[in-house]
Amino acid sequence: MVNDSQFEVASRNERHFTLSFQCGGDEKRVDSRTIYIGHRPCPGTEAYIPTKFCDNRIVSSKYTVWNFLPKNLFEQFRRIANFYFLIIFLVQVIVDTPTSPVTSGLPLFFVITVTAIKQGYEDWLRHKADYEVNKYQVIVLEDGRSVKKESEKIKVGDVVEVVEDETFPCDLILLQSTREDDTCFVTTASLDGESNHKTHYTVPDTGRELQDLNATIECEQPQPDLYKFVGRMHIYKPEQEPGVRSLGPENLLLKGATLKNTKKIYGVAVYTGMETKMALNYQGKSQKRSAVEKSINGFLLVYLSILISKAVVCTTLKYVWQSKEGQDEPWYNQKTQKEKDTYMYLKMFTDFLSFMVLFNFIIPVSMYVTVEMQKFLGSFFITWDKDFFDPEIQEGALVNTSDLNEELGQVEYVFTDKTGTLTQNNMEFIECCIDGFQYRHKDATSEVDGFTVTDGPADKLHQKAGLEKEELFLRAMCLCHTVQVKESGPEETLLDQVDGIDARLPQLEEERGFIASSPDEVALVKGAMRYGFTFLGLESKCMKIRNRQNDIEEYELLHVLNFDPVRRRMSVIVRTKSGETLLFCKGADSSIFPRVKPEEVDRIRRHVERNATEGYRTLCVAYKQLSAEEYAAADSGLKTARLALQDREEKLMAMYNLVETDMSLIGATAVEDRLQEEAAETMEALQGAGMKIWVLTGDKMETAKSTCYACRLFQRGTELLELTVRTLEDGRSKREDRLIELLRDYHRRAVQDAPPFKEGVTRSWSSANQEYGFIIDGATLSLVMNPARDADASLYRSLFLQICQNCAAVLCCRMAPLQKAQIVKMVKNSKGSPITLSIGDGANDVSMILEAHVGIGIKGKEGRQAVRNSDYAFPKLKHLKKLLLAHGHLYYVRIAHLVQYFFYKNLCFILPQFLYQFFCGYSQQPLYDAAYLTMYNICFTSMPILAFSLLEQHIAMEILLDNAALYRVIAKNAMLRWRPFLYWTVLGIFQGLMFFFGVRFLFSNPALQDNGQVFGNWSFGTIVFTVLVFTVTLKLAMDTRHWTWINHFVIWGSLAFYVFFSFFWGGIIWPFLKQQRLYFVFANMLSSVSAWLVIIILILLSLLPEILLAVLRKPRGPHSRQVTFIALVKRED
Amino acid sequence: MKKEEEGSERPDNTAFTQQRLPAWQPILSAGIVIPGFLLIGLAFIGIGIALFLTSQTIQVLERDYTGYEQTSPCFTCSSPSAKNCTCEITFSLDKIFTGPVFFYYGLTNYYQSFRKYGVSKDDNQLFGDTTYFKNPQDSCFPYQRDSNSRPIVPCGALPNSMFNDTFELFHEVNKTKKRVPLDGKGIAWWTDYNIKYRNPSFVNGSLANAFEGTEKPINWPTSAYELDPTDPNNNGFLNQDFLVWMRRAALPQFRKLYRRITEGDYAAGLPAGDYFLTIHYNYPVLNFDGRKMVVFSNVSWMGGKNDFLGIAYLVVGSLCVVMSVVMLIVYAKYKFKEDS
Repeated sequence: MVNDSQFEVASRNERHFTLSFQCGGDEKRVDSRTIYIGHRPCPGTEAYIPTKFCDNRIVSSKYTVWNFLPKNLFEQFRRIANFYFLIIFLVQVIVDTPTSPVTSGLPLFFVITVTAIKQGYEDWLRHKADYEVNKYQVIVLEDGRSVKKESEKIKVGDVVEVVEDETFPCDLILLQSTREDDTCFVTTASLDGESNHKTHYTVPDTGRELQDLNATIECEQPQPDLYKFVGRMHIYKPEQEPGVRSLGPENLLLKGATLKNTKKIYGVAVYTGMETKMALNYQGKSQKRSAVEKSINGFLLVYLSILISKAVVCTTLKYVWQSKEGQDEPWYNQKTQKEKDTYMYLKMFTDFLSFMVLFNFIIPVSMYVTVEMQKFLGSFFITWDKDFFDPEIQEGALVNTSDLNEELGQVEYVFTDKTGTLTQNNMEFIECCIDGFQYRHKDATSEVDGFTVTDGPADKLHQKAGLEKEELFLRAMCLCHTVQVKESGPEETLLDQVDGIDARLPQLEEERGFIASSPDEVALVKGAMRYGFTFLGLESKCMKIRNRQNDIEEYELLHVLNFDPVRRRMSVIVRTKSGETLLFCKGADSSIFPRVKPEEVDRIRRHVERNATEGYRTLCVAYKQLSAEEYAAADSGLKTARLALQDREEKLMAMYNLVETDMSLIGATAVEDRLQEEAAETMEALQGAGMKIWVLTGDKMETAKSTCYACRLFQRGTELLELTVRTLEDGRSKREDRLIELLRDYHRRAVQDAPPFKEGVTRSWSSANQEYGFIIDGATLSLVMNPARDADASLYRSLFLQICQNCAAVLCCRMAPLQKAQIVKMVKNSKGSPITLSIGDGANDVSMILEAHVGIGIKGKEGRQAVRNSDYAFPKLKHLKKLLLAHGHLYYVRIAHLVQYFFYKNLCFILPQFLYQFFCGYSQQPLYDAAYLTMYNICFTSMPILAFSLLEQHIAMEILLDNAALYRVIAKNAMLRWRPFLYWTVLGIFQGLMFFFGVRFLFSNPALQDNGQVFGNWSFGTIVFTVLVFTVTLKLAMDTRHWTWINHFVIWGSLAFYVFFSFFWGGIIWPFLKQQRLYFVFANMLSSVSAWLVIIILILLSLLPEILLAVLRKPRGPHSRQVTFIALVKRED
Repeated sequence: MKKEEEGSERPDNTAFTQQRLPAWQPILSAGIVIPGFLLIGLAFIGIGIALFLTSQTIQVLERDYTGYEQTSPCFTCSSPSAKNCTCEITFSLDKIFTGPVFFYYGLTNYYQSFRKYGVSKDDNQLFGDTTYFKNPQDSCFPYQRDSNSRPIVPCGALPNSMFNDTFELFHEVNKTKKRVPLDGKGIAWWTDYNIKYRNPSFVNGSLANAFEGTEKPINWPTSAYELDPTDPNNNGFLNQDFLVWMRRAALPQFRKLYRRITEGDYAAGLPAGDYFLTIHYNYPVLNFDGRKMVVFSNVSWMGGKNDFLGIAYLVVGSLCVVMSVVMLIVYAKYKFKEDS
């Protein structure tokens, strides 16, 4: 049976899947490099030619002082928006345009400068870090002497000395360690975040005196996979045949890792500088773009076409208008000779450009800045949320990217890992079954020999398995693992350490810390301890256990056949004191049962299945005695396979499969993995929010199914549609035929016979109708994905998808990591491209975390790989509920409102300017002063919307959390679809028309003051602008449902600032201005009663439809909004 | 040590970081909106009535004197060949035209809002900076220099096209024409006259000397320092008519203040009777299909006559009242439903 957490072990090998996504090209490099240790020529090889390798300088910085400006500017202007503004700016500089280049140049300059400063600062930090790394003093052995060198001067082939707690300066092959067992411990916390100690081994036979070592290393060219290394060392000793030793990742110490628990090591540099695995992994993650961003780009296109069509309309009308005699060049406005001579089409073109410039404010630079600020600042609220803080691990939420905040409010599919995500991955040994007899350990604190039999007719001793079998089984539990005993000083507490997570051992008479990469293994070792067999540790290939009689038994560890997810088992080969060679194997039932005698299976199977249905993780244990010949064959086979430079893994795999046959089954274990806190509640809430939950696990079906029931993903009434190897092999027909038959059957039941969905925002699958759950396993999935006949592929897939989409929950068990990603990808690309979220805690979830729109890592026990690759990470599954239902919902509403508001406010800003062209002879006369044009988006209307987009809570968080259904109101990008966009656009047009024509009719008599004096064009523009600023700000105020003091401050502050600024701007003769256009215009405007009255009525008239809608939409009392929402959703149900 | 780390890791528990700032959560409920609408509506109707009535009391007398039609008294003057042409239009008032009366001239199809026209001036010149008298700004082109390349002051299309028709108003009293005094002061913005525009400092006690070496705008009959021979303080750039002209109109159909009638017997208004307006017709408008008119109007607290504002207030006010009634009905219905 496959254990999810054992995948963790496996995923060390699996991780190249994810990494190869990033650096796929590197796998093609087949040639190897040869390294001369200590640069000493070796006998038997051709003349020593020092090969040029790159030096050990790390350059993580992007820029140098010299190329910063050009390179940074180039990169910034590659962004389409920046480029657009640059073009507008250049047009303004080159062509005679209505507004000065400053109006668009200044904001652009501001944005570019701020970004450049930020990036420059970040790069400076990188420079500083690089400098520290590169200038770090290291000790290099040169001709037997220790020489201090700067880290950047290390060359490939140098022998480097590293002391405890130092980081390795480059990738080293471990030659010598001060530890007696020729190992050293490292932590790779800075590489993959896993803080557990990993054991690395020296290359055997290198001798004690390193300066005498004559050896070459042949290894592959650098490649980014942290967990893969293939090489070979040729050792030349005088008067001896050259020896060959295979090198693997266990010999390679990676740059960036830290030496622990080892005083000193020596290693030879194999990869240096930018060729180290750390540097090769430095590439940034793939950029995920949110759906909102895509909506913005869509709207942008609309506005761009509005802009262009406005310019085209104006240009055309201008020439139509001018064709009438006298209009083009009245006597009072003669053209220059140059203008008269200009070719007409050129004139038309420059006119077009001028109009573009005049109207370009419709697409504001500031929107990008504001959106980015909103995302950046908004993500702090996730990090700050104390509800995400877990006192146990002393950590809160982590936001790796702020680009996806709003996507959290749009999730339709949740793909969750089981172990460590739905469950705690806190393993506790529950029971075992030896030779068909059940042994349940009832009480952890009971006697060491607390064997109790709960199964079977009578709890008599003779009902137990034979003592011999029992002890064999317990020895197997003690031996068949890769657990290490943690050595700890007297002052340290003895703790289990499982990838950085400390968990206190249950009080046993002897406290002992274990280090393992999989919590199952620790649980098993501890289980064995309860029954009297204690694993004491591994010392120089010798495993020591203390048996019930308190005698120390020693076993020589010959081979470890590592766990991998394909085989789903691991084995050890040990030799007992008496010379017997034994193979112990443990693994998933499906992988063990075919390899043992069938008659033994039946006795155990019943227990395994029962345990699995109870939700326990089960493992079968088998053993076999190897004869001397058998062992010799296996030994040589394994050694050759390990030495192979090419296809090593395939060869090893084949060898493992060969060795692990004809075993006899001795028992099975059951380990409990408890559900995460509030797992069921969380799942229920997510389902209530309209999300479909798919459980993707490597675990076996029964276990996973019971977890699903426990999480209430499947309920009592849920009809399970099973598409597994078992159901496929039910019938007499062929697998393929059976598959399509089942698919068709399920499709009929779940899709065709199901009542048709109501068209609407939400699909209601939680109705009174039959609910379906779907179960598929990895093998069947690959049949569906890659059928024998390619022609069926699309049919299978669409049937499969349709079934899944109509099921309440889907369980995919026995998935390989890549299959998880495959499923996510399939759903992601299905019709309607739903937003997917993957959540997992282990390295085996990385592929699906990277694949999904939103990847979430749980800071669990399986290392930091998932967290590192995720977009968001938090300590517990239960936090997902708040992240999606509260934060996600709010972020989505905020940013959607922000985007719509921005487009709206610029539409009604520019529309009057467009309309004014009809009254100025299409001469590109700006309606507003340049200062207003520039400041509108930067100062007058920017802060309120930013504050709104950070603080708005249109519905209180508690209500959002209590009513998951509210999440469905915003599903499918509800606030950024074309309908709301159209609404906002129509609103903008309506208001723009109001502003302009209201003032225009007022100006049919420009004598607006009681002294009979008249107002001019700048007064006209200023009145329109005043109405505009007040209206858009008050519109936002109307939309604000959550007025904190900050909202009050910025909204009223902005308006006050506008008034203040206008007085100030018009109150002084500005020496740097060519024209004092606004001199006292604002003050004069305020002295006119008519201007006041028109401003008031226009503001009210513009907001009137909004107010009406707001009232009519929810005509009931306080909190009607929430009530209506809920009622609405309920009615849909 | 460990404690400190805990503190730094744990998020701050403040109202701000937890998004729990105390907040006012207004709901636009019918209970507020209906009375609100009603109040606003009533207030607006009140204002609207006041505006409308005020607007109705404002007397306006408007005469087109372009001379487009042959019957028009200024027909002969409108021909391009006419020079120093004078024409006269008459009108009679049957009741007093309450003062102070404001005398506007109006132009139609005249685009003071042309962009290039609008920037065709030199604000440095107009601020009295004589260095720009020698070298006017390029924006003035083609009204920068005359044919002899002498700098034009004030340069540019905007000053050059200054309205130069002049008017004299006579009131027939006892069969004799009595000149109605026209007050040319206070027709421009106070700030324009006192701060924004400046004359160059006098050279040898004379404004004319300051303009030495410059040329008058092509279309002007006199130099800037001779604009008002009657009042030495109304010359140069600080001529009120000039300032009025320099404040560009927003729309192609506009009126500008010409004179105020505030003095002597006419301070209280123009009494009923016959009036003769003598027009010194200089300004051509027909070639761009424009029209010229004179407007007599008195003003109120809301400015000149403008029915739009009053009507708008009445309409919006009644709209609000109607809305509140409709909402009340809807609300009552809903509430009724809810109660049962």
